[in-house]
Amino acid sequence: MARLDLSNIRHIYGPPGEGEPQYALRHVNQAFEHGGAYALLGPSGCGKTTLLNIISGLVHPSEGRVRIDGVDVTDKPTEKRNIAQVFQFPVIYDTMTVRENLEFPLRNRGVAAAQIKRRVDEVIEMIGLGALARRRARGLSADEKQKVSLGRGLVREDVSAILFDEPLTVIDPEVKWTLRTQLRELQRRSGMTMIYVTHDQTEALTFASGVVVMHEGQVLQVGSPKDLFEKPAHTFVGYFIGSPGMNVLPTKVDGAALRIGEYFAPLTSEPRLRGNPKLELGIRPEFVRLAAEGIPATIERIEDIGRHRIVRTRMLGHSVTALLQEHEPIPADPHLYFEPEGVHLYADSWRVELSGKPAP
Amino acid sequence: MKQSRFAWIVPALYILFLMTPIYWLVAMSFKTNVEITTRFTLLPEALTLDNYAKVFGDERWRSVFANSLMYVSLNTLISLAVALPAAYAFSRYKFFGDKHLFFWLLTNRMAPAAVFALPFFQLYYKFGLFDTHIAVALAHCLFNVPLAVWILEGFMSGVPREIDETAYVDGHSFPSFFTRIFMPLIASGIGVAAFFCFMFSWVEYLIADALSRNAVVPITTRLQALSQASGTDWGVLAAAGSLTLIPGAIVIWFVRNYIAKGFALGRV
Amino acid sequence: MKPVNHKAWFLVAPVLLLVAISAIIPLMTVVNYSVQYVGSTGRFAWVGDEWYREVLHSEKFWNALWRNLVFSGVILAIQIPLGVLIALNMPRKGWGVPTCLVLMALPLLIPWYVVGMIWQMFGRVDIGLMGVMLRDFGYNYEGDPMDAWFTLILMDVWHWTSLVALLAYAGLVSIPDAYYQAARIDGASKWAVFRFIQLPRLGRVLTIAILLRFMDSFMIFTEPFAVIAGGDPVFLSTELKQTVELGKKAAMSIIYFLIILAVSWVFYAVMTRNDGEPTSADKARGGGA
Repeated sequence: MARLDLSNIRHIYGPPGEGEPQYALRHVNQAFEHGGAYALLGPSGCGKTTLLNIISGLVHPSEGRVRIDGVDVTDKPTEKRNIAQVFQFPVIYDTMTVRENLEFPLRNRGVAAAQIKRRVDEVIEMIGLGALARRRARGLSADEKQKVSLGRGLVREDVSAILFDEPLTVIDPEVKWTLRTQLRELQRRSGMTMIYVTHDQTEALTFASGVVVMHEGQVLQVGSPKDLFEKPAHTFVGYFIGSPGMNVLPTKVDGAALRIGEYFAPLTSEPRLRGNPKLELGIRPEFVRLAAEGIPATIERIEDIGRHRIVRTRMLGHSVTALLQEHEPIPADPHLYFEPEGVHLYADSWRVELSGKPAP
Repeated sequence: MKQSRFAWIVPALYILFLMTPIYWLVAMSFKTNVEITTRFTLLPEALTLDNYAKVFGDERWRSVFANSLMYVSLNTLISLAVALPAAYAFSRYKFFGDKHLFFWLLTNRMAPAAVFALPFFQLYYKFGLFDTHIAVALAHCLFNVPLAVWILEGFMSGVPREIDETAYVDGHSFPSFFTRIFMPLIASGIGVAAFFCFMFSWVEYLIADALSRNAVVPITTRLQALSQASGTDWGVLAAAGSLTLIPGAIVIWFVRNYIAKGFALGRV
Repeated sequence: MKPVNHKAWFLVAPVLLLVAISAIIPLMTVVNYSVQYVGSTGRFAWVGDEWYREVLHSEKFWNALWRNLVFSGVILAIQIPLGVLIALNMPRKGWGVPTCLVLMALPLLIPWYVVGMIWQMFGRVDIGLMGVMLRDFGYNYEGDPMDAWFTLILMDVWHWTSLVALLAYAGLVSIPDAYYQAARIDGASKWAVFRFIQLPRLGRVLTIAILLRFMDSFMIFTEPFAVIAGGDPVFLSTELKQTVELGKKAAMSIIYFLIILAVSWVFYAVMTRNDGEPTSADKARGGGA
């Protein structure tokens, strides 16, 4: 049983210098429930690896606390935290055989020999390296080496959590898919907490039940893949998740509608706003319709991607992308219509909840 | 890797061990001979520059320093000039006998100078080169050329071959590509190779001594002659010895980040 | 793969010419002498393998060879672990790095004769710091062979341990951080980190260090010559220098050279074994499947 809590984590690399500090993590409060399969998703340099290393104790945060099951472990070294981690590039012990590599974490912790054997057999089976078990790890190919690294992460049964830092980068696409499915399967069966760092949304969405989207050292949204898609909490989430990304247009509020130029896009209810924020309208291409009436637009490009067509249009000086079903007709004089349930209002890039309460 | 808080003690003690004999030499060079032979003092009692004055004032001392630096520089130039194209050939092409040649070069790096001292003397004597700078410089090529080839080959292998091909496509001839594009790319490797040629020629004694008599007396030969004479002038000897440390200390500074790579023959 | 190009020989030719003059011609001269008797009038007489027999039956030769091997063994046993220990504890960043590198490399750039001279002065019981300090314990390298051995070994450690340390340091800093992080995750002890991460990664540079140190210590001449000036201990190289008969000297040179050649071959084989590693691994894979 393990639950991870990060509270008020900030991190700056290097010594505190003069001027504006460069935060790798700006302010993170995040809980990882026991038995969850989480993905940390974000572009390179968003701080996801730093966050992972703070959880495992390889990095000590500049501020904030890390708790495992309510016990503060912030000042505990990695080896006392009972966490497994797999790195982006394979790390293997050259001089050992594949089997010895897998035994290593257990031996270091004084696990009984019979138990080591049973567990290592299981893991070798799981990662499919049975034929290579007696081979020196030095001569393996890159993806075999990474499988050994993965195996070393999985071999400990009693860990609070297993952290994966883009573990499938060096693995062939086909094998990648299989391994990811196996990991997911394993997670479901064993009920271990897993946190999986990636910059690939497909990887994140297929692996995790809870996706944590990060950008510039901040957590923007935590939710199921469905949440991220239907209610992106931040314009960046809308843009980063989904393909093509969400359309974002400057707008003004006018009652229960948003005004773009002289046109209106209806909302489901009237928003209440504080202060004078920068307002934007967000709509996913899936909710943009091409119709005979609405806001006039010109079509710039049509990309056929099989079952869908991506229509790039220009509307009142803004680029707007629409996603059409294969046989949906494109009118001769196209106008854009925004389906109300897909229209989101963003105040200073954060989504305004339309039940009437302003977003935090 | 986290090191213990007291890790610095190990290198500190080691450096102290390295510096003590050097300190003793330098300290002696500032003492008078009376002080050296009659009293045991950690610091020179009466700091004197007489020993250095004697070294710099004596034409024979000045000429041995000049001699040594002369053949060392000559050797460095010759070694690099022949090693550069050879290293390029080894790093870029396969050719008949390449592996054997490479091994044979290595054996010369390992050749004991004591074996070669006598035949060298006879060979250069026959060609009328005995007691010239060029003789010592050529003889030192025996171990410096293989070394330079090894180091340069190590550095050159780190330069992707696509660069050569691109240059040829762009219409460079081999000499123009080699001098204008390739050599700047491996400048650090050339620096390291030059450093090692300089160093091994500078520290060598046996061959240099065997190939010189009057015209090209290397500094070490003179030191030897004086240190084994009766009534040794310790102060002057220490001063001259201290001066031999300076060229090494200067060149180390320039290649400090590559020293280890050079010792590993460019293969770390 | 490297393209085959026999014209590359033209690039190698200058090296070949130069080294041939410096190595082959002198070596032929030595071979020639080693099978002849050179009379006082400069007349040569064929004696076949007589000189070789004499050398190989001479107790002095075997004693010198034995001393050489013991000396090389002792200094390797000290320098390799000591060098690694120093490298492990050297700073990894900041001003300490260049300071350490430069100070530690300094002994390597002192002319070998001067190294001997420094230790001769340093160890003298009348004027040397070490000699005076140890005088009361009965130390005197000029009188006692054991003290002479002790001084020579200490001098060699002083002169060359930095080479091992610098090589090991270069090997250590080339280990990516991820290895140390993984070791922490795996709960590896400090010893396990050394044994399974650092030592394997040092393998290549330590091979170079061991073999270079073996070669150079096996050929040692100048430094003991400076310290001891012909007394005990006598090494192969000093024995060679002291031999007067040209033919015997030549035969000794050849034997000495052959020993070095054999060790060089081992060196080369070990060095290039790593380059051929993937092939042997592929073979093993083929055999296992």
